[in-house]
Amino acid sequence: MTETLLSFDDALAAYDPALGLEVHVELNTASKMFCGCATEFGAEPNTQTCPTCLGLPGAMPVVNATAVESAIRIGLALNCEIAEWCRFARKNYFYPDMPKNFQTSQYDEPIAFDGWTEVEVDGETYRIEIERAHMEEDTGKSTHVGSTGRIHGADYSLVDYNRAGIPLIEIVTKPILGTGEKAPLVARAYVAHLRELLLGLGVSDVRMEQGSLRCDVNLSLAPAGSGTLGTRTETKNVNSLRSVERAVRFEVQRHAAVLSGGGSVLQETRHWHEDTGITTSGREKSDAEDYRYFPEPDLVPVAPSREWVESLRASLPEPPRERRARLQAAWGFSDLEMRDTVGAGALSLVEETIAAGAAPQAARKWWLADLARRANDTGVELSALGVTPAQVAEVQALVDAGSLNDKLARQVFDGLLAGEGTPAEIVAARGLAIVSDEGALGAAVDNAIAANPDVADKIRDGKVAAAGALIGAVMKEMRGQADANRVRELILEKLS
Amino acid sequence: MAAALDAGETTSVALTQAHLDRISAVDGAVHAFLHVDAEGALAQAAASDARRSAGQVASPLDGVPIAVKDVLATDGLPTTCGSKILEGWVPPYDATVVRRLRAAGLPILGKTNMDEFAMGSSTEHSAYGPTHNPWDLGRIPGGSGGGSAAAVSAYEAPLALGTDTGGSIRQPAAVTGSVGVKPTYGGVSRYGLVALANSLDQVGPVTRTVLDSAILHELIGGHDPLDSTSIDAPVGGLVAAARQGAQGDLSGVRIGVITELSGDGWQDGVMARFTEAVDALVGAGAEVVEVSCPHFVHALATYYLILPAEASSNLAKFDAMRYGLRVWPEGDAPSAEEVMKATREAGFGDEVKRRIILGTYALSSGYYDAYYGTAQKVRTLISRDFEAAFEQADVLLSPTAPTTAFPLGAKLDDPLAMYLNDLATIPANLAGVPGISVPSGLADEDGLPAGLQILAPALADDRCYRVGAAAEALLAEQWGGLLLDRAPSLDGGADGEAVSA
Repeated sequence: MTETLLSFDDALAAYDPALGLEVHVELNTASKMFCGCATEFGAEPNTQTCPTCLGLPGAMPVVNATAVESAIRIGLALNCEIAEWCRFARKNYFYPDMPKNFQTSQYDEPIAFDGWTEVEVDGETYRIEIERAHMEEDTGKSTHVGSTGRIHGADYSLVDYNRAGIPLIEIVTKPILGTGEKAPLVARAYVAHLRELLLGLGVSDVRMEQGSLRCDVNLSLAPAGSGTLGTRTETKNVNSLRSVERAVRFEVQRHAAVLSGGGSVLQETRHWHEDTGITTSGREKSDAEDYRYFPEPDLVPVAPSREWVESLRASLPEPPRERRARLQAAWGFSDLEMRDTVGAGALSLVEETIAAGAAPQAARKWWLADLARRANDTGVELSALGVTPAQVAEVQALVDAGSLNDKLARQVFDGLLAGEGTPAEIVAARGLAIVSDEGALGAAVDNAIAANPDVADKIRDGKVAAAGALIGAVMKEMRGQADANRVRELILEKLS
Repeated sequence: MAAALDAGETTSVALTQAHLDRISAVDGAVHAFLHVDAEGALAQAAASDARRSAGQVASPLDGVPIAVKDVLATDGLPTTCGSKILEGWVPPYDATVVRRLRAAGLPILGKTNMDEFAMGSSTEHSAYGPTHNPWDLGRIPGGSGGGSAAAVSAYEAPLALGTDTGGSIRQPAAVTGSVGVKPTYGGVSRYGLVALANSLDQVGPVTRTVLDSAILHELIGGHDPLDSTSIDAPVGGLVAAARQGAQGDLSGVRIGVITELSGDGWQDGVMARFTEAVDALVGAGAEVVEVSCPHFVHALATYYLILPAEASSNLAKFDAMRYGLRVWPEGDAPSAEEVMKATREAGFGDEVKRRIILGTYALSSGYYDAYYGTAQKVRTLISRDFEAAFEQADVLLSPTAPTTAFPLGAKLDDPLAMYLNDLATIPANLAGVPGISVPSGLADEDGLPAGLQILAPALADDRCYRVGAAAEALLAEQWGGLLLDRAPSLDGGADGEAVSA
């Protein structure tokens, strides 16, 4: 079924969107939320399990103190109140990948609540109110084998309980109003901002492609200027920044089409399709499941002392916006350069490269122009590419010393990615260093002048720009291993 | 028995074999056990004997065999909770208390019968058939831990573990003439106890004497990092308290008799034995006061909201997906949901279904505040009643159960009548305080055992042992021996002589 859509501009002319974002973050604790099992991603299915996370009869949960600490730090970084006393609750529903058929979560007593944060879109700042951040455990991971890929219509299903019990923090915004046509960009910027913040806190890998950060997008439309809230839909598992933006845009257009056609939006869960960029109807929320929440009787309340909370607050890293502003000023980057650096996930990498001795523009150039493309080509995060800031700084130092030019430097990166050793070793092994032997260089210049008498005449007549052709010929003879500036100097000297 | 082992008069293998023989002889009639592990128990007994000859005794009860209620997970031994839905399930791990038993060197004879998932007061709700009271095989042994109490009172095991959610250790102890203790909530680890109601459950000893319970309690009790609700304080002083109480001097001890736990519905013979027991304690120097706990009248209703609510959620895990029974419904390619439904329909008994429905209802949106919420408030009021009462008295006394053992089948069709058996025992679970049941004698009407319940403030389990041991000693003096000495022999031979573990 294809949905009718209204154009985005028409939709925004008639309606005000309200956004709500629910982000699930998998913490990077060594063990699970309520047991000692390992949390490593990608292990053999069902090898990281025990009686507790398998929900065997009689097994009991014990709260992971590190997860509580991470939850509090996230709450503080989002300017939340931290509960003096809170409990876990059971969310009861049946599903094959839920070992106990209830999820141990938090209900009306979240560990963190009433916070806010700010994101920037096109130079404008949007304040996002945070409703709550609460702790819970992940479920197992179902793989439905069959044509539909979903539980309905599957031939059979496989469940991996390695994921069951991994600590999650769910961060829920209050309705985000007043974003107008910027709604898709604000949604994207918020998730990107959260990623950066969580990365800075060191509490999660925040790899959206591995599901360690998952986003549900709530959207509703109300008639422009009405100040009311319309019926919302919840689009589940929108798991890339680009998809967040696209999903909001799609739902705005779909809702607008329904409403302008005189219909009413169905309150429901929607599935996001990454490939086609559309949402489709999931289960209706109107016969909403009754989760029968009640306090988890196997756990004692979590009561973080104020001293602990304050010590965690004092040790928080610098907030992303302040950090960006500080670094931008120190590096002298333009707004555009800074935005690209942040967008590529290269901020810390550039910072470390500069700390290792490279000039800011050089550091930015390597990470964004060259290495980002390579990361993109191989489909990995820039930080996981396999080149370190120290190596980039070392390559740049060789360039600064005149031992490498940019073209040769790229070959050094090839060598680094192929695991051929340190930059110095690669330069030596591949014979990449610039030839600084003036005799060899002078001979090559003489050859070039002799082979191109017309060009040489032009230069003698003062047309210095023509030197480029001779430089090219020299570089070719030197197989690139020459300093182009020195070559130019020699040519001009000989022809003056 | 431990003394005989110490003295070299017997061996663990001999003791264990004797109990296995007794089980073979009488358990056909009693049906206290769901599973007997002769091989495992004898191997553990042999290991114990080897330790003893090497002079490396692991605990005061090393070598003394024990029976374990089938609601506690035992690595390598079936654990069914008296339910068809767990038929054949063998846990891959030990409950903490079982691990402690093994470490202390107690051979495990087997797993004892119980009402399905500990829901009942008669053991008639076991999916594997009822247990019979050794005092009268036509009567119930109490419940839910009727198997453990019957095993101890029929001399099939010198010691047993039970669990007590609303009286499941104390009430069976009372109606079988044995001793049963519900420790302070959090005093004994619940890890590996298949939860009925997590906020009410406790593991505790079932024995023939108060001292045996104290020794066993000290072995199994104490902090467990795997149970967040376990109290981080050492257990101790219980054995000393039991020995002190057995001296029979209760000078300076204030005992309170709870007004609300007597009157209509309380069997005359039970009340008569209770009054005699109180008189005996007063004779030993105790001071008696009458205390009122006005909210106890609401205890039963409160209990039957909190328990089903927690149980309905606990029992959701039995869904045929990972372990236990799996029933395939009619029709081609049933969905996971249909398999869950069919399995739960076939695997749970009526009482379990009744409580799942009650609990689901009590937690439902729109009803939560009125039912579960209100019940939690009344629970607090009951705790306050205890606090006020314990300002007037060091321990509180009542009969353990309103009646002696009733005939099998008598209350099976009347859940409310069945629930009333736990009237006196439930308040302790709601408040988390410890309680002990010791035999108070035989009721005149039917010649069957009755129990005296002694309750103490949280963490003051030692008081239960001191006063319990005093009552035991004083009454034994009157009867010329333990009450259990008068139990029928079952195998037609001479009546057994009660032997302390």
